[in-house]
Amino acid sequence: MFLRLLRWFDDRVGGARFGRQALDRIFPDHWSFMLGEVALYCFISLVATGTYLTFFFEPSVREVTYDGSYAPLQGVEMSAAYRSALDISFEHRAGLVMRQMHHWSALVFLASMTVHLGRVFFTGAYRRPRELNWLIGVTLLVSSIANGFLGYSLLDDLLSGTGLRVAYAITLSIPLLGPDLAFGLFGGEFPAESIIPRFYTLHVLILPAVIAVLLGAHLALVWRQKHTQFPGPGRTEDNIVGSRLWPAYAAKSAGLFFIVLAVLAGLGGLAQINPIWVYGPFRSGLAVTAVSSASQPDWYMGWLDGALRLWPGWEPTVGGYSVPNPFLPAVVLPGLFFTLLYLWPFLEARFTRDRRPHNLLDRARDAPTRAGIGAAVVAVYGVLFLAGSNDVTAGALNIAPERLTTLYRVLVFVAPAVAFGLTRRICRELGRRPVRPVAGMPTHTIVRTATGGYETVPDPESASAASSSSSGGEL
Amino acid sequence: MISYRGVGVAFALSGLAGLGLAVVYILGGQPQWEGALLMVALGGIGVGLIGWAKQLYGDSEETDQRPVLPSAVEPRVAFATSLERSEEFSRRRGLTGLLAFAAGSLAVAALFPLRSLGPTPGGTLRRTSWRRGSRLVTEGGGEPLRPDSLGRGGIVTVFPEGVEADEDAATVVINVDPAQLGEGTNAEWVIDGNIAYSKICTHVGCPVGLYREPEHSLLCPCHQSTFDVLDGARVVFGPAPRPLPQLPLGVDDEGFLIALGDYPQPVGPSFWNRGR
Ligand code: FES
Repeated sequence: MFLRLLRWFDDRVGGARFGRQALDRIFPDHWSFMLGEVALYCFISLVATGTYLTFFFEPSVREVTYDGSYAPLQGVEMSAAYRSALDISFEHRAGLVMRQMHHWSALVFLASMTVHLGRVFFTGAYRRPRELNWLIGVTLLVSSIANGFLGYSLLDDLLSGTGLRVAYAITLSIPLLGPDLAFGLFGGEFPAESIIPRFYTLHVLILPAVIAVLLGAHLALVWRQKHTQFPGPGRTEDNIVGSRLWPAYAAKSAGLFFIVLAVLAGLGGLAQINPIWVYGPFRSGLAVTAVSSASQPDWYMGWLDGALRLWPGWEPTVGGYSVPNPFLPAVVLPGLFFTLLYLWPFLEARFTRDRRPHNLLDRARDAPTRAGIGAAVVAVYGVLFLAGSNDVTAGALNIAPERLTTLYRVLVFVAPAVAFGLTRRICRELGRRPVRPVAGMPTHTIVRTATGGYETVPDPESASAASSSSSGGEL
Repeated sequence: MISYRGVGVAFALSGLAGLGLAVVYILGGQPQWEGALLMVALGGIGVGLIGWAKQLYGDSEETDQRPVLPSAVEPRVAFATSLERSEEFSRRRGLTGLLAFAAGSLAVAALFPLRSLGPTPGGTLRRTSWRRGSRLVTEGGGEPLRPDSLGRGGIVTVFPEGVEADEDAATVVINVDPAQLGEGTNAEWVIDGNIAYSKICTHVGCPVGLYREPEHSLLCPCHQSTFDVLDGARVVFGPAPRPLPQLPLGVDDEGFLIALGDYPQPVGPSFWNRGR
């Protein structure tokens, strides 16, 4: 029966040979190769839960009076968007789980993408021939960050209103274009009526489409170029070692899919996230409640908030025109960072003069300078992220936020320098040692003799250490 | 590694959790139970599948050759040759020029609808709805403010009467001891200790509203910019680049506080030509 169906299709479409090759494909197994998969599965969860949410969410700022079941807000005037988000949380069965699962999926999506980026960076997986996929990956990250921000801005609660206000001011700060850009993007002076419906279209249509297409291209390139692998016995630049796609790899990957979804569902049901009913409606946004609540954005925006906080109150004027204060920390700094990120594979190739194709991955220690630079970036990111919640930390530690800010201003320079030096040093130390030394295991070299036979020669301890230490050019 | 029995248990648990989910849903729903059961239902399948695959294949590995990615020279040249067939089009210079003109003007025309995305900023960034004679009312409406409405150390957020929805116009009125006023404040605009500043932070526009009376400072909750109320809202700390603009206050015939006009400088976050 099954075979007949197969024949029916193959008569019309062909492709049995392709199908066979596809099923026989080999995928390397390593825990760190699952990070990208986790991101993919989070995206699937986002689309599924997000679609459900669109059935009930009303992207409109039309003013309504709340009369739902959440008593503290009854009789309060709010936007239809905020009310529908409350209704999803309180009136629709399983609505809250879906909403929270959606939010958690976004957080885990970006987290797994970021860690995946780190894995690709530290192992040098972006080297030729995979530079293109690096570019696609960075674009995926940027679009996903943007879409995450748009997503939590839609609910029109007090917290997201603050986020939008900051986004508006950042847009406004761009020299020459700022005011027109901000008015064009937001539909007028903040808070314009069209923000919510406009951002809704971007959030549920445009950006998801962009992400889906890029994801497709990302995976297609992995398919075409085949995955990288770590060096090890039997692994060379020209072969690929791992599980067959069908059914071993497929079963394991499907298992991972269900486990990722399970974790997201667990978080969605058991771990409260973005309780908008606590924040209250944004409305005119200047409600007195605004002043008492600390405002922290979602984690992937934290570093930007931190940069805004640490940047001193400078505002230079050039010929009577000002360079608005947020422009440098919130436009130039991220712009520079992502430009460097995009260019990294090409910069590295230029500095190391290594333009050979690489299918075997580095371990971090194999490229101490690269690892050092990566660690420095992580350190800056960490300090900015901490600075983004300096008021909370200051409150918890009971010190003045002013002192903390001063400390962070120093740390933002010191931490990356230390991280760079230390990491490079450690990597060099590790690089000098043999690869995964196994205590008490004798090592041998197989030597081909002049007559064409083979002979096994035991290695002296020192020789084995020297031969296996960093091979290839060091970055 | 889990045994076949373990795989069976995982699938069975998953199935039971799925049924439980249906029961919870029918009974009216309960977020924690829904999340937990969904987790077990999905996780059971996941754990079972992985366990099963590991039972069958363990960690066994297979090896395959990688394809050579670059094409050979011959197909590359053939491809380029096929591509170059389009030169038959470019031989007619005049026509290609006209085509470029048509496409170019279409692109320019397509730019115009962009203009409809939002109004031109014009002067809106420099103005608020405060006018000479506007009385000061709180957001909920009600009686306009009088010079004695606030006690010493009191603070209230006000809008111009009749346009309470204008965000830009949000203003804090604070009652301070006039004897302590510093240089930066325009003392003529302070009526019986009532001093009015824009509530929109000059950093990125959060509502400034936390008043610490002992240090007479206004604090922005977003990035901790701190303004000295007695000294023209000078920035004491934080990223805000400028003081909060001070609203000129006066009193009308009926004894209500009024604005003597709009803010002397644009309120809120900076834009490139605000000084012009
Ligand atoms: S908006 Fe007030 S300090 Fe940033």
